[in-house]
Amino acid sequence: MKKRFIGIAISAAATTSFYALTLGVGLTPTVAHADSYIDMLNQMGGNPAEFNVSAGEKLFKEKRGPNHKSLETCDFGLGPGVLKGAYAQLPRYFADTGKVQDVESRLVTCMETIQGFSKEQIEKDVLKDPFAKNGGNATDIVNLAAYVAHQSDGMPMEVPQNTPQEKLSFENGKKFFWYRAGPYNFSCATCHAENDKQIKISKLPNLSTPDGEKAWVAATWPAYPDSQGVVRTLEWRMNDCMRQQRIAEPKYLSQVVIDLETYMGVMAKGHKILTPSFKR
Amino acid sequence: MKRIALFSAMALSIGLMGCASNGGGMASAGEDGSTYMTKSFKEVIATSFQAKGSAGLDRLVQTEAQHECSKYDYLGKPLPKDIAARIEKDHYSKVVYPADGQYFGDWKAGLKIAEDGKGMTWNDKPGTPNGGNCINCHQMIPNNPSQGNLGPSLIGYGKTRGNSEQIVKYTWARIYDSTSFNACSQMPPLGASHALTQQQMKDIMALLFDPNSPVNK
Amino acid sequence: MAYPMRMRANIEGDAVVVRVLMTHPEETGLLKDKEGKIIPAHFIQTVTCKNNDKTVLTCDWGTAISKNPFLEFRFKGGKSGDKVTVSWIDNKGDTSTADTTVS
Repeated sequence: MKKRFIGIAISAAATTSFYALTLGVGLTPTVAHADSYIDMLNQMGGNPAEFNVSAGEKLFKEKRGPNHKSLETCDFGLGPGVLKGAYAQLPRYFADTGKVQDVESRLVTCMETIQGFSKEQIEKDVLKDPFAKNGGNATDIVNLAAYVAHQSDGMPMEVPQNTPQEKLSFENGKKFFWYRAGPYNFSCATCHAENDKQIKISKLPNLSTPDGEKAWVAATWPAYPDSQGVVRTLEWRMNDCMRQQRIAEPKYLSQVVIDLETYMGVMAKGHKILTPSFKR
Repeated sequence: MKRIALFSAMALSIGLMGCASNGGGMASAGEDGSTYMTKSFKEVIATSFQAKGSAGLDRLVQTEAQHECSKYDYLGKPLPKDIAARIEKDHYSKVVYPADGQYFGDWKAGLKIAEDGKGMTWNDKPGTPNGGNCINCHQMIPNNPSQGNLGPSLIGYGKTRGNSEQIVKYTWARIYDSTSFNACSQMPPLGASHALTQQQMKDIMALLFDPNSPVNK
Repeated sequence: MAYPMRMRANIEGDAVVVRVLMTHPEETGLLKDKEGKIIPAHFIQTVTCKNNDKTVLTCDWGTAISKNPFLEFRFKGGKSGDKVTVSWIDNKGDTSTADTTVS
């Protein structure tokens, strides 16, 4: 049986003692869901996604676009330029766009309104091909999202349910969660509505109730899944789920994905965020 | 002050959420009289998807069984018995049995099909053989932890049931379309969806019934 | 073939922590392609890490290392401004090297 490690050095001639186990400086994995395999993986230290957070920070602070401005005045719901805790409260309703938006959608809004990128340019450079190939380099929007999300690492998930739009987003997300469709009759609930279930060897989180087994997984995205070899966000995760559900492809930043994020986020309420997490 | 406001908002929203689920509250009634297929939900579905590969937008259009099961799942109520019975009868009447009356193929081929999860996604090339996805949800082979448990274990299937005509035809219909027996079955209709060919289904039948198959060892 | 590497080296406490993300297919030689032919083994064999001119870590790797390896290690005796270099050679003789300054 093959054993697969994540680049843990097996040295026969180390000239200095080295200690590869580290608490992943900057990631502070103080998670409420202790003793899970995700916690153990993330306590080992060494998460390639740290490069993505750095790349995202650089992009965020860089003056770009026709307006030659950075994204540092972007409002993610807590006021312009406030990043700490903002991801913990996404998706949320934004009065300036009149929509419930997730982190990637809000980044696009700021790229348009602050940096002056046109809709056509956004369509071509961001929306058309947002997901890197397996083992490839994460796209700019994903690096940006990883950076913004990481500013909420260690904080509890608090997806708001205050405005009518936020509540509607939750209800529509819940409706779609149970929506059977396609040639296999699959809904999200087919796999994600019971405890103690697994598909082949993969344990399935129960996302249908706040007490569901591993309902907190929503708090572990964006993530670096080893099997993907590149940072992924919940937008990607929904896309890949719907592919396996055998339905049509959700558009990037579509309402159905944002509504599902609201639903999952509310179900994970109070759980400490761990992002970017390292996963299988 | 902020904390109190947040708490009130949460309490208010929990109250409203409860109302919506029971048929009253903030969402307007849909055309079927329930709060399920509202205008806004239909719009979410209509605007959120694009066709890709073999997965067209028609895949978001629900069948009657899909719609009824989704609706009652969302409402948190059991599917009414009369609706369930009607759906099951309808699907059972559409099961296609092998014209040559032969139900068993090659269990070795069946094992490959059972372990293969390919087919019908927008990544899968149409025209290439699909897998049965069986091991994803069912344990079939003793001493193998890499098998799912979304469906019941099938270990020892043929050994424990024998191979009377009745059980053979029942098993075939189960693989063809489990909705025939359980209106809200979670098992995909591998025959009715044309995911599997008749030959592939026969190979799976052999995997389940052949005494030499690992399922029955 | 290009094998880019991304590296960082920071002081953390009394040690220098080095993080490097390598690009490499890391083929075990056990998998088959669509036609059923074995994909030949192609994997990093030796990794050498230096601080200025002093070797601080050598690794002997085999086929158990996964694709695009991420290596993180720490050593004492380095300081800000030092040049850290990571080089590797694989079983086919391909090589790659990258360096960074300890921040």
